[in-house]
Amino acid sequence: MNQARSNPLNIALMHGALVLYTLIALFPVFVILINSFKDRRSIFREPLALPDSESFSTIGYETVMRQGDFFLYFQNSMIVTVGSLFFILLFGAMAAYALSEYRFRGNMLMGLYLALGIMIPIRIGTVAILEMMVATGLVNTLWALILVYTAQGLPLAVFILGEFMRQVSDDLKNAGRIDGLSEYTIFFRLVLPLVRPAMATVAVFNMIPIWNDLWFPLILAPAEETKTLTLGSQVFIGQFVTDWNAVLSALSMAILPVLVLYAIFSRQLIRGITSGAVK
Amino acid sequence: MTALSLSNVNKSFGKVHVLKDIDLDVDEGEFVVFVGPSGCGKSTLLRVIAGLEDASTGEIRIGGEVVNLTPPSKRGIAMVFQSYALYPHLNVRGNMTLALKQEGQPKPVIEERVAKASRMLNLEPYLDRYPSELSGGQRQRVAIGRAIVREPKLFLFDEPLSNLDAALRMNTRLEIANLHRSLGASMVYVTHDQTEAMTLADKIVVLRDGRVEQIGSPMELYNNPVNQFVAGFLGSPSMNFFPAGLIEDGDNRTMGVRPEDLFLADDGAIMARVSHVENLGGDTNVVAHMGDHQITARLFGQHSIEAGESLRFGFDPARVYHFDQNGMRAPNFQG
Ligand SMILES: Nc1ncnc2c1ncn2[C@@H]1O[C@H](COP(=O)(O)OP(=O)(O)OP(=O)(O)O)[C@@H](O)[C@H]1O
Ligand SMILES: [Mg+2]
Repeated sequence: MNQARSNPLNIALMHGALVLYTLIALFPVFVILINSFKDRRSIFREPLALPDSESFSTIGYETVMRQGDFFLYFQNSMIVTVGSLFFILLFGAMAAYALSEYRFRGNMLMGLYLALGIMIPIRIGTVAILEMMVATGLVNTLWALILVYTAQGLPLAVFILGEFMRQVSDDLKNAGRIDGLSEYTIFFRLVLPLVRPAMATVAVFNMIPIWNDLWFPLILAPAEETKTLTLGSQVFIGQFVTDWNAVLSALSMAILPVLVLYAIFSRQLIRGITSGAVK
Repeated sequence: MTALSLSNVNKSFGKVHVLKDIDLDVDEGEFVVFVGPSGCGKSTLLRVIAGLEDASTGEIRIGGEVVNLTPPSKRGIAMVFQSYALYPHLNVRGNMTLALKQEGQPKPVIEERVAKASRMLNLEPYLDRYPSELSGGQRQRVAIGRAIVREPKLFLFDEPLSNLDAALRMNTRLEIANLHRSLGASMVYVTHDQTEAMTLADKIVVLRDGRVEQIGSPMELYNNPVNQFVAGFLGSPSMNFFPAGLIEDGDNRTMGVRPEDLFLADDGAIMARVSHVENLGGDTNVVAHMGDHQITARLFGQHSIEAGESLRFGFDPARVYHFDQNGMRAPNFQG
């Protein structure tokens, strides 16, 4: 492995492949960004050209700011995403700990039941969910979205975190028990810090689908004051006319917060991916 | 007074019966060692004593009180684990004080006990370091320090030295022996290292398949094993077993001779072909075959013996052991 790593040809090939992949992955984002700063005509005439003095225009951003309550949508998306992640991680970790640490009747069954959720998409239950939300009066509240996303994220979270928690040393937990720590303290102070990389992994996997989701905001919370960013951007996409400047500008701005959240988690994430290999 | 007494303790995990009818008394200040092959239930027994597992049936008393329903932290015990199990987010001082803070001990008491324990274990320079910044031996000393500061009625050690290298193991073993002497505390110690068992123990408990085979002082077990298993388990190299019929016609028992009781003799009863010689300087271990039966002789001093030679070994008839078909000890004379 070391030999393969130090061979210059191998290095060149490896980096070539990685650079190529990065370019392919970033290309759409790049196109969105440059076109969001062009006027409508230039977007269609030369979609790949950089904005110059002639084609430069911030009309898209102006429209977005004027139209609708963009910052409110922004805030809604943020609340829903961060709230859902918080509950997914909290309840996911707790359930995973209970399933991996304690022997009780039905432990296996419960684990299987929770894992089943990974295979069944939650959207199948949309109608029932809507009925439930109507009955509980949660329609058009952010709680409706947070609850649904938490339910959607939990199965995978329990599965991944459970695997990691099984690896936490029994001796450590037992030492805590002998020293008189409560089960909650053992969980929060000893176990959680040790599975932080896994938590970051779960957070990143869940964050992006939640942030980008259009389905549930459209069905459960379409009211003006609970619109999320993705839903809010839809006003610019009409059946016959689409305000491309505004759409591209809204999308560009929507990327930012995801980037920030990702930066927070990624340091942990990288450790999570490599943890098995290095130790 | 007894520091620990187990009566009729059983433990099953589902259908797996791991501990079977364990009866044991540990006196105040006594050092008791559990030995036995891997998987025989030593750790499980220790965890049952600690309260980390519930006994399926039976009674556990610590310091005279029945503790079956008492949580681990209230049993007056402290445990040292094979993997050290230090809290990674706390420094050495934090690791040692956590339990005391949890008990609500006043600050001066905590400080005094930490000072005393770290002096005993030479941990003073490391008090502000984190476990990840310590060597294996230092970590194990911290783990022992964490147990000492609690001033427990009973110390439990689960193979505390098996992650250390040979030299460090010897030092730490001496340290534990000193500790036992100066604290005068009762200790239960699990190991599968014979030397640790023989050198540290006041009393050895030999376990097999979750059953107590024999309890006694190291020399009692060495000189007077009740069965073939105990005889073969203690002593290194282990005891030679072969059919007594090879020595004396018509004897259907098994005969056991310790390697150190064999000596070279021209008229010896055992005739064997040497297959391997280990020169250790002070001793020479000779591995030889008597027919299909491998025997080992431990000869004092240096000998020039080559593989392939045929040798005769003698032994003192008073120092051989006989076992019946069930592996139980049989009297030396037949009849
Ligand atoms: N939680 C458990 N569930 C089921 N079986 C278990 C459990 N813990 C231990 N056992 C079984 O109990 C037996 C004794 O295990 P234990 O860990 O006490 O052995 P040990 O004597 O400490 O061995 P070693 O010297 O290898 O540490 C083993 O056969 C093991 O498979
Ligand atoms: Mg063990």
